[in-house]
Amino acid sequence: MADIRLIEIKEEIFADNDKLAGEIRERLREKEVFMLNLMASPGGGKTSLIVQTLRGMKDHFRTAVIEGDIDSIVDAEKVAEEGIPAVQLRTGGACHLDAVMVNMALQEMNFDDLDLIIIENIGNLVCPAEFDTGAVRNVMILSVPEGDDKPLKYPLMFTVCDAIVVNKVDYLAIADFDMAALKQRVLKLNPKIKIFEVSCKTGEGIPAWIKWLRNEITAFKKSA
Amino acid sequence: MHELPVTENILKVVLRHAEEAKAGKVVRVSLRIGELSDIIEEWLQRYFDYLSKGTLAEGAVLQVERTPVIFRCEDCGESFPVKVREVHDIACPSCGGGKATFVSGREFFIKNIEVI
Repeated sequence: MADIRLIEIKEEIFADNDKLAGEIRERLREKEVFMLNLMASPGGGKTSLIVQTLRGMKDHFRTAVIEGDIDSIVDAEKVAEEGIPAVQLRTGGACHLDAVMVNMALQEMNFDDLDLIIIENIGNLVCPAEFDTGAVRNVMILSVPEGDDKPLKYPLMFTVCDAIVVNKVDYLAIADFDMAALKQRVLKLNPKIKIFEVSCKTGEGIPAWIKWLRNEITAFKKSA
Repeated sequence: MHELPVTENILKVVLRHAEEAKAGKVVRVSLRIGELSDIIEEWLQRYFDYLSKGTLAEGAVLQVERTPVIFRCEDCGESFPVKVREVHDIACPSCGGGKATFVSGREFFIKNIEVI
């Protein structure tokens, strides 16, 4: 029988993706373009938060949106109604966006005309957490009807995010949702995470979110 | 949920190394995957069997070592493992502190391959 040889590899499985994500971040930094990766469950309010954010950014930062969707262009149409350029990525079944897909969308954009790019990732709390997109900040939306136990079920997502937006707080009165318990769970996983309580429907809490994002973009541009 | 793209990447790296080593066949692939990754090992193997048909890696066994989730206490600096199901209830075993920072548990790593 032939001898078995052991070959040491010690290679990251996502090395190619992580390398490209790093290159994207470097390119964006040179051009002083801030990229935000927005993740949530289906129906969590990604598009609604983007529309609210676009209205809050309009007079300050030139913005574009990358829409990830499995098989439709509905969200891109909503963004286009706001007069904002949107690039739609139809993943044809893939459960997440990765650096390769984001890079394709970025090729459609002129960085000289932009300050902010928002990625609307695929509605899913599992896979997007695993793939670096090249974004400067990762944010997830958790909506009140989904429940306060999500950090227990999707811990990875909470460790990769810089901020969490708790959306649909207008449902709190009729929902079995314990905000204090949620905050405690989230902060245990990630003590540095910022938590915003908002309602994209009523506009409650949106100014605090916009203020944080504006400060992040300004700080990024200064350091770039 | 995303075992398929993961497996494609694994196979790509494995074949590159096997070809460089002029191997006749890959018999085992050893992986190190953090406990925080939602990867189902059985599906990795099934996809691998399917994707590797007709390649040097056909029939290879994937051996997965799951590495624990590690947090570091912000009060005393102690690093300690945490069970995935208990991540909401982290307490430092050394000083009892409840503030801890995530250190590791997201690894996704090919350790080595065995070839003939």
